[in-house]
Amino acid sequence: MKNKSFRPWLLLSPSLTAVFLLLVVPVCFVVVYSFWLRAPSGADIPAFQFGNYAKFFADFFYPGILLKTIRVALETVFFCLIMGYIPAYFFYKTESKFKPFLMILVMLPFWISFIIRTLSWINILGDSGMINHFFLQMGLIKEPFAMLYNEGAVIMGLLQYLLPFMILNIYVSLDGIDNSLTEAAKGLGCTEWQAFREVTLPLSLPGVSAGCLLVFVLTCGTYLPPMILGGPGDELIANLIFKRVIGTLDWPFGSAISTILMGLLAVIVYTYNKYMGISQIFNALSKE
Amino acid sequence: MTKDLEKRLDNVYESYKEGRISRRDFVKFIGISGAALGLTGGPFGLVNKAFASKSITCHSWGGSTSEALRKFAFDPFTKATGIEVVDAAFAGMDAFLTQVKASYPPGGEFNIAHLSAVYDYARYKALGFNVVLDESKIPNLKNVMKKMIDTLKGITDGNLSAVPFDLGQTGIAYNTDQISKAKAEELGASLLYEKSLKGKLGSWGGDFRTNMWYAALHTGQNPNNIKDVDAVWAVLKEQRELIKKYWASGSELMSLLANGDIYATVAWSGRVAGLQKQGHPIGYLAPDGTYSWMEYMYVLKGTDLNIAQKLLNFMLEPEAAIAVAKGQSYPPSLDPTKVDIPEEVQKLPAFDPTGKLNGYQFADPDYWNSHQLEWAEKWDRIRAGK
Repeated sequence: MKNKSFRPWLLLSPSLTAVFLLLVVPVCFVVVYSFWLRAPSGADIPAFQFGNYAKFFADFFYPGILLKTIRVALETVFFCLIMGYIPAYFFYKTESKFKPFLMILVMLPFWISFIIRTLSWINILGDSGMINHFFLQMGLIKEPFAMLYNEGAVIMGLLQYLLPFMILNIYVSLDGIDNSLTEAAKGLGCTEWQAFREVTLPLSLPGVSAGCLLVFVLTCGTYLPPMILGGPGDELIANLIFKRVIGTLDWPFGSAISTILMGLLAVIVYTYNKYMGISQIFNALSKE
Repeated sequence: MTKDLEKRLDNVYESYKEGRISRRDFVKFIGISGAALGLTGGPFGLVNKAFASKSITCHSWGGSTSEALRKFAFDPFTKATGIEVVDAAFAGMDAFLTQVKASYPPGGEFNIAHLSAVYDYARYKALGFNVVLDESKIPNLKNVMKKMIDTLKGITDGNLSAVPFDLGQTGIAYNTDQISKAKAEELGASLLYEKSLKGKLGSWGGDFRTNMWYAALHTGQNPNNIKDVDAVWAVLKEQRELIKKYWASGSELMSLLANGDIYATVAWSGRVAGLQKQGHPIGYLAPDGTYSWMEYMYVLKGTDLNIAQKLLNFMLEPEAAIAVAKGQSYPPSLDPTKVDIPEEVQKLPAFDPTGKLNGYQFADPDYWNSHQLEWAEKWDRIRAGK
């Protein structure tokens, strides 16, 4: 009995050690740094004070960017959900022999560097990019469309990055649904749409929830798409952290912003767990 | 000890080949020897060897700059001396300083960095990453422009922690198909605030100094002594509404200009020269008070100074420095009154035939560093539209 309870911890110990050393310890450092001070030279001065947090909330500038980040993250989640559910459902339903190939297509973007994928939008959406070039050549427009360097382009870049995460999460959830349930619903008189609405959709919600949470959290921490595809004023909170840490060597203030972001995400995940039940999501995903 | 071990291994191998010892004993001996090597020499020996080997790391800007350094300075140096130069690229000066600050011991993992701007020289000094170079071991310093050397010495108490290597400017690049040379010259720094170019202007988002510098010129102020800072912020706010993209890197700058996404922007002189070489219709404007800067090879604390000085002296050889200048499109730090500079290099933006750099306006390190935190944060707010 004693051995049995010890065994899982033994098996988990390499992963737990890695998580502890590479995640928990650095996060603790970040929290500690957030109370320190920055010397005029850029050196750090150990201290325990709340000046960096007070500075963050001194006016609406920093909270405003944080709220904007949340808004952009929610928009990204919404678009990812709309655009992700349909292909996931298609993969679940199709019996095509090309299904594995199509699944690989979803994963294909991961084979290419995220930076290169993001940069490639410049050649598509730019003033002399593919779309504008086509319309200008066809004589359909006289001035190029302004498609790049705005919030729309940022969300496009985020969608491209995060859509596979949403599709795969939903697909895993759908794939775990017993087909006989929908067949039974149809046998009891449901139409195809009713069977989907009453059976498939509710049973796929754990995957939807997991996908939404993942996309939301990843969006809140990303800084490349706003940097490359955004215009003036399209920066998110991660860009601000980058600037404080790298640009001004203000590690304490950068750490304070990071800690606030982490705290906010922790509250959101906790609330999500309370109402959506993350444990249920994991249960559902581990079925099959 | 290693030689003894080699001898013994040879003997054992001979014995095994001759059948005097069994295969099992031979494998056992190899295993024990391997373990002994691992503990006393092997892997640790390799690490020691790496530390002891004659090599030096040099961080630079990547792309054409690093390529020119590698081809015309580092490779010939390795060929001449046998000392390997590890060529590395940094993401930017701020990012590199962050890496140096995060290294342990601070600065110890890095050797030489191809840095730009005197205020950064002062920042490295303030953080204690500087060294004292022995100038007698860098005789080619005699060919370097005196003003450049004196500027650095003024910060490090009469000593050098770097050697000046090249110079450049952040001037104004404009699309000659869209903006005439006459109009550009007439407007000068105000070209960057021209309302008719709304949505076709760019600027360097990563540096508050460059933006404030040109805003100061536009408002008729001395960038190194801005009296009316509010006026500077006001015009930067207005300019933000005209900006299409605050670019973040040299390659992004070139891409925006080459693709016609923007028609005018502040720009690094070497990058403009690069675009002109490629045949793009890009003009370069250096109005009065143009932001000038020098680049230098900074030696970081903890570096083997003998190797560093040898490399720096080699890099300042006219043959190497001029070849690198051609490759990276920035004029060298060599004094044209002491060294023959080819015509191709003389045509590069920011070249000064007098070697005195009179009229070149560099950022005052004390002035800019003392306001860095406050102004960088204010600049973030302006960019965000606040």
